[in-house]
Amino acid sequence: MAVAGLRLSLQPPILVDAMNPTATPVVYLDHAATTPIYPEVIEAMARQLASLGNASSLHGSGRAARRVVEESRETIAACLNARPSEVVFTSGGTEADNLAVKGFFWARHKADPRRTRIISTAVEHHAVLDPLHWLAAETAAQVELLPVDHDGRLDVEALRTSIERYPESVALVTVMWANNEVGTLQPLDDVAALTASHGIPLHTDAVQAMGQVPLDFAASGVDAMTVTGHKIGGPFGVGALLLRREADLVALLHGGGQERDVRSGTIDAPAIVGFAVAAELAVKGQSERAPVLAALRDELVTGILDVVPEAQLNGPPRDGRLPGNAHLSFPGCEGDSLLMLLDAQDIECSTGSACSAGVPQASHVLLAMGKGEAPARGSLRFSLGHTSTRDDVARVVDVIGPAVERARSAGATSSGARS
Amino acid sequence: MSGGVDSAVAAARARDAGHDVTGIHLALSHNPKSYRSGARGCCTIEDSNDARRAADMIGIPFYLWDLSERFHQDVVEDFMSEYSEGRTPNPCVRCNEKIKFAAVLDRAVALGFDAVVTGHYAQLETGTDGMVEMHRAVDHGKDQSYVLGVLTQDQLARSMFPLGDSTKDVVRAEAAGRGLFVAQKPDSHDICFIADGDTAGWLRDRLGAGSGAIVDTSGEVLGSHEGTFGFTIGQRRGLRIGKPASDGKPRYVLDIEPVSGRVTVGSREDLAVDELVGIRPRWCGTTPATELDCTVQLRAHGDDHRAVARVIGDEVRIELIDPASGVAPGQAAVIYAGTRVVGSATIATTRRRTPV
Repeated sequence: MAVAGLRLSLQPPILVDAMNPTATPVVYLDHAATTPIYPEVIEAMARQLASLGNASSLHGSGRAARRVVEESRETIAACLNARPSEVVFTSGGTEADNLAVKGFFWARHKADPRRTRIISTAVEHHAVLDPLHWLAAETAAQVELLPVDHDGRLDVEALRTSIERYPESVALVTVMWANNEVGTLQPLDDVAALTASHGIPLHTDAVQAMGQVPLDFAASGVDAMTVTGHKIGGPFGVGALLLRREADLVALLHGGGQERDVRSGTIDAPAIVGFAVAAELAVKGQSERAPVLAALRDELVTGILDVVPEAQLNGPPRDGRLPGNAHLSFPGCEGDSLLMLLDAQDIECSTGSACSAGVPQASHVLLAMGKGEAPARGSLRFSLGHTSTRDDVARVVDVIGPAVERARSAGATSSGARS
Repeated sequence: MSGGVDSAVAAARARDAGHDVTGIHLALSHNPKSYRSGARGCCTIEDSNDARRAADMIGIPFYLWDLSERFHQDVVEDFMSEYSEGRTPNPCVRCNEKIKFAAVLDRAVALGFDAVVTGHYAQLETGTDGMVEMHRAVDHGKDQSYVLGVLTQDQLARSMFPLGDSTKDVVRAEAAGRGLFVAQKPDSHDICFIADGDTAGWLRDRLGAGSGAIVDTSGEVLGSHEGTFGFTIGQRRGLRIGKPASDGKPRYVLDIEPVSGRVTVGSREDLAVDELVGIRPRWCGTTPATELDCTVQLRAHGDDHRAVARVIGDEVRIELIDPASGVAPGQAAVIYAGTRVVGSATIATTRRRTPV
């Protein structure tokens, strides 16, 4: 099936001819999905791709590759105030999350069979949620997903109550640093104080936080932290689990014993050097970039609310959320209608976290925040990053009104049966 | 775009004709199967990927629309309730009526599009009166005007069927020529939401068995069965009646009573009907004022029966000049004037006007 418009009858500016895009550049406001790679990263990677050598080989070429890897490790460690030996490279955020969640549970449960509980939140990324569900289904694990408030922030008292009910039974606590959909920052300091007082390992998915807010692994009190390359201007396919030296966890991948024997597999030197170059650029520029992004984000939110007063910002108003995140519900609209209308005008955003299963689902994050099914489906995430400009914001504000109007009339036709 | 060859070529032809085309794949199930088995189904992740790749090759944007709730309400539940009342619905007809040319079309129009393009084999022409007429496809073997017979003038005016003038062979060759790798994908058959093709089993799982007696036309019990959903009117095989008929002739299912579970069997002659009453008529153009010499098609890819149709109130009375057999209430009767579709109705009752 396809839908067609006769060119002459289209009313600009709502739908433009997708086969003949206008001269204006694409407005990319989906940096939380992936952010443009830095040219310096491409350069460093290209150089390394042209270099011979397996970083585990003992000869000159191998040592040269290993040196690049270890220098990159040092760079990333320095960016996040970790020790180089605490950086375990992985294939990305999903693998690092799986390694932490499964690896900690397996090790801790084996050491003491009473440790069956894993405590987390209802708003985690699927890379954490799905391993948790898998552990609950396939092992002795019991998973508790704690509630969040209307802004998506964890209820720390609920965590305290849950832990103190039977602290010896807790294998692991995992709480994300910042939410990928609504950008809410979690109270990790309070969480870490609680877990530390009971000697329970704490993992955090900081994929969205790196480069957006300051991260200090040593000071954070967390035992394991997930970060990834492509969210900070680095390449796809590389990430890391920062892991305290004394942390004991079972490996997911067994093989050549690379990466402290925690993550076997040939070391990807070009990807790792790209990750390191990006980390340096993203983290060093963070303090300067964050206020600029926050100001642009506020301009975007204010601009949209001016044109569409009934729209609602989801998540904390300003502080307490990522500087580049604006997440709004548009009552009466289907998010995917809005996305399509904006996409047709070369404005790229997201309806939530990208859905790979084919069928779009209402966001579990918004549902956990107490939003109904309809607002959860009628939402857009605009995420700004290092290439965002005031022109980008202005373009969105220019077209959002008519797009919402049109999406609303479409929503009324296609979702009449829905409440 | 279902992920099949027809909708891919239809989209490509619409684009070539100068339209601004966007590919849409309908998600009709909340739990899409990862892989299709054989040629069945149309809501697998693999089909969705095939549709996406076809859109890439054609060079059009592509989106997935979740119509699963509407599809469940309007097609799947309708299918079950029709069966539970002893009728035999055609879910493809219902899907065209309620989903593809209603929910999807309405949404598309609201979003700024002008028409829905599909890979159905049927032809649209503008008549001398300015009305859009739907005609049978050039490829009579593939003609799908029957399942589109429920479309009204408003729907037809916003529809495009670019394949109606082509044979399937030509469409496949064109797909190959355009580099569409779905060119050799087998045609889909059966009911898309019944993945294994076992309609009787699917219904039994959802509606219960409905076991009962098998009787002849005099009411004599010949045997019993495990569930009415295993039977369709006109069925001959699988009756498993031990005793042969007194005249030695094969027996056919004549009637199914859903509540009592009683299945009546009889001879081929008993099966013939020559009068139908159709309800819920839908006309492609103006409602026929008087009696209409026409032909009537009673099932997908079924024969064309010469007939006379009369509109009486909300009903259509159809007298068949050539009797038909195996006609079940719930099926669509689509009325043609030559190759043109006049309209359709849902068969409510059938009977024998003239004695054998």
